[in-house]
Amino acid sequence: MISLAQMAMAAGFVLILIGFYGALTQRNLLRMIVAFSLANTGVHIVLVAVGHMRGRTAPILDAAVPVADALTRVIDPVPQALVLTAIVIGLGVTALMLAYALKLHARKHTLDIAKMTELKW
Amino acid sequence: MIKRAIALLLTLAVGALFASLLVGYVPDSELNHTARYYAERTAEDIGAANIVTAIIVTYRGLDTLGEVTVLFISAAIVGLVLAQGRVLNNAPNNAPRQTRAPVSELLSTGSRVLTPLILLLGVYVFVNGHLTPGGGFQGGAIVASGMLLLLLADPLKQFSHRLIAVLESLSGLLFVGIGVLGVLLAGGFLDNRLLPIGTLGELFSAGVIPVIYSLIGLKVGAEFSSMLASLSETNHTENSEET
Repeated sequence: MISLAQMAMAAGFVLILIGFYGALTQRNLLRMIVAFSLANTGVHIVLVAVGHMRGRTAPILDAAVPVADALTRVIDPVPQALVLTAIVIGLGVTALMLAYALKLHARKHTLDIAKMTELKW
Repeated sequence: MIKRAIALLLTLAVGALFASLLVGYVPDSELNHTARYYAERTAEDIGAANIVTAIIVTYRGLDTLGEVTVLFISAAIVGLVLAQGRVLNNAPNNAPRQTRAPVSELLSTGSRVLTPLILLLGVYVFVNGHLTPGGGFQGGAIVASGMLLLLLADPLKQFSHRLIAVLESLSGLLFVGIGVLGVLLAGGFLDNRLLPIGTLGELFSAGVIPVIYSLIGLKVGAEFSSMLASLSETNHTENSEET
């Protein structure tokens, strides 16, 4: 029996692989950035899936989850806090990559990574 | 072709690693030690209904301060990288900037109606961060999406960089200031018990968490907006730069 967490985790791994393959094969800088974002999202999904537990609910104490039952009713809050951090940092990284891509395009008038040969040997 | 084959092989190898992880994965049936502590102690110590918020703002508050700093640095670098060469080009480009066709009435009115509502939703999300699945980062992103709508409706729109800078530095300073007050008046840096903890589940509860998360929301919103503004202002001005 495949659980929800395992399905989500498999989907996350597939996203990471798509991003990995895309980053290796694409030559357009913008497509590479999209690939990195895909892989990033995959990592987030895997992390959230690790914290999921069958039959439990979100770690928010309210009428549905009284404080006394919290131990048996909520899922692990730590991966969620981690992913919140990871999403924000990922956004900062993506913005930086886009800024550098814009700058490179302004300088070279192309986004093709194969034409940027300064560091090639 | 050979490169593509190598990439495919590498991807398959990594995929095999992932597959072995996935097959061997056994979900926990009980909370682990750390999670158990947070689940048991949050209501009593922090008074926040949302345990994730309690972790982010108070238990691991220092990490969040670092995270906001990372975001600030990346916004600053985006501004710095894109600003090079813009100052010189600004003056001659002002004239052709105005020649773009005006946006349609529907688009501009629609964006003007929607933006205040989006801002309101963003503020709601970060003010209620300790009660609902929201918080400063999410609310800040929503606020910045309102700015994005304005930019999409009118790509030549100029945001006030001064306002963004003032908002961002002020909220950052207040965030650190509240943290230092925690050292002086409560249990430690970023301790939330500066204000009374109150009743679990009410808006004015959980000590200074709503205040800190609102400041984070303002700061994140300002940072994202400044990134958007830097990226959008670059389009037309950089074309004249030659290698």
